[in-house]
Amino acid sequence: MAESMSVKDLNLYYGDHQALKDITLDMPAGKVTAFIGPSGCGKSTLLRCLNRMNDRIEGCRVEGTVKLGDTDVYENYDVYELRRRVGMVFQKPNPFPLSIYDNVAYGPRHHGKPSKAELDQIVETTLTDVGLWDEVKDKLDHSGLSLSGGQAQRLCIARALAVNPGVLLMDEPTSALDPISTGLVEELAVKVAKEHTVIIVTHNMQQATRISTKCAFFYLGELVEAAPTAQLFSTPKDKRTEDYLTGRFG
Amino acid sequence: MTAIGEKTVSNKSESTAEVVGVSPKRGIERRGQIITGLCVTLVVVLVVTLIFMVCSRGLATFTKDGIPLGSFFGGTTWNPHQNGADGVPLVGALPMIVGSFSVTLLSCLIALPFALGASIFVVEIAPGFGSKIFRPLTEVLVGIPSVVFGLVGLGIIVPWMRGLVGGTGYGILSASIVLAFMILPTITSLSTDALAAVPNSYRDGSYGLGCTRWQTIVGVVLPSALPGILTAIIMGMSRAFGEALAVQMVIGNAAQMPQGLFTPASTLTSVLTMGMGNEAMGTLPNDVLWALAMVLLIMSLVFILIVHLIGRKGAAKND
Ligand SMILES: Nc1ncnc2c1ncn2[C@@H]1O[C@H](COP(=O)(O)OP(=O)(O)OP(=O)(O)O)[C@@H](O)[C@H]1O
Ligand SMILES: [Mg+2]
Repeated sequence: MAESMSVKDLNLYYGDHQALKDITLDMPAGKVTAFIGPSGCGKSTLLRCLNRMNDRIEGCRVEGTVKLGDTDVYENYDVYELRRRVGMVFQKPNPFPLSIYDNVAYGPRHHGKPSKAELDQIVETTLTDVGLWDEVKDKLDHSGLSLSGGQAQRLCIARALAVNPGVLLMDEPTSALDPISTGLVEELAVKVAKEHTVIIVTHNMQQATRISTKCAFFYLGELVEAAPTAQLFSTPKDKRTEDYLTGRFG
Repeated sequence: MTAIGEKTVSNKSESTAEVVGVSPKRGIERRGQIITGLCVTLVVVLVVTLIFMVCSRGLATFTKDGIPLGSFFGGTTWNPHQNGADGVPLVGALPMIVGSFSVTLLSCLIALPFALGASIFVVEIAPGFGSKIFRPLTEVLVGIPSVVFGLVGLGIIVPWMRGLVGGTGYGILSASIVLAFMILPTITSLSTDALAAVPNSYRDGSYGLGCTRWQTIVGVVLPSALPGILTAIIMGMSRAFGEALAVQMVIGNAAQMPQGLFTPASTLTSVLTMGMGNEAMGTLPNDVLWALAMVLLIMSLVFILIVHLIGRKGAAKND
């Protein structure tokens, strides 16, 4: 079930450095929301607040509220349950050095005691969902590291989907991929968003227009503007958004 | 692969030197190559002669002295100065071989849980403490001479054993404990390196799926570090297998088939160090000692070979 997320008055500090300033943003359920903005503006940082991966960074302090559905993720969630429900795909494909099967089965195995038959089922459906099943069904016991970059990234998406999260976070998931693999991952993001809300960071503005329904532009730790994607690109309200979209800086 | 790569590079630089005609530079290059080449030759010659010498002496036991392989590797009585009922000298090496393997395996079994636990703690749980205090400390411990461990064993472990199970206190278990202390830093330090080399992206992936720290350690960190951990174990084993002094001080040195963990026994190394000075060159008792040395040498080669195989497999896996 796709879930919505929202942040309100979010401030984040790395030690003394304030990386996010007063962010308030809704990310609707079942849609693709894109974060865009120049390097270092805090897109990844905000994304990591949504599943509390920032907890692992020493000296990182968060103020304000982050909600999954109606529940505060910092107050009322067990962090492990939160991360099961808010999955994450990273910039560089990071399949585990385990078999393809074990990569997909990794999450389900750690969140319950599925039987072999159930696991087989989960592995087959998720790999089919990401369009990898036909390519790998005869070599499920091969190492996940033996896949090409694009295949590996789709395996990582399958691994994240295998625990059936309500939200899927993607941090520049295509920046290390070739154009064809990029296209596949983009299609996939649109497809899975119905069941698992997608929140994606991208440097590629065409990508944002192609796949996202809502788009948020960040600049120097501030949320400058958030709007339906078509509207943001055609009639930006803020001068900085316009400058960025027209390539005057970034 | 790299060797070929380097060679092409150096050839290239030589040929450009020729074209431009910078001869002094070329001279230095030449001299450097000759000197380093000589060093390599020296090392290779040393290793080859060593292996050749040990093997030729060791093999003399079987060729010149006519000892059947079976009574050397299978015999259980070690008394090279006497002949058995069948007229063949009593040179059964099995007690020492068994002794060596027992103390090696046992010491690894004792040391491994502690080494692994410590390295997990310093890499995964307290990295600051690990890199600032613990790692330098283990490196110091690696360098402690084995006689120190032997002395500690003699002063503490042997009396303790004696109090605990009676008897002399000397034996395989005492030796294994002393060896475990000795190889603990080696295994710890190598497996710490192995764990630290696991890319953080694997940990991120696992935490991102909602796994706890222990699930992450057991699920991805240890499996990824496995080749390195195996290497650490083999290096520990090879150190334990080759150790003479510390073992000799606490094992009791009875060249008999080990009866249990608490009775005196002996190892290949302890018999060698005890006996080598006492036998005249070229006699049978001397030759069989060389045969023992050959077994030691072959075993250490096997250990190295295993390490290389693991390394190759690990590298293939990470491609
Ligand atoms: N672990 C960290 N410790 C300290 N500062 C950090 C850390 N991670 C990010 N920062 C700082 O926070 C700010 C935002 O970084 P962030 O990685 O979120 O930017 P980004 O928008 O994702 O950039 P990019 O597009 O290059 O990925 C930067 O100034 C960065 O230096
Ligand atoms: Mg980023």
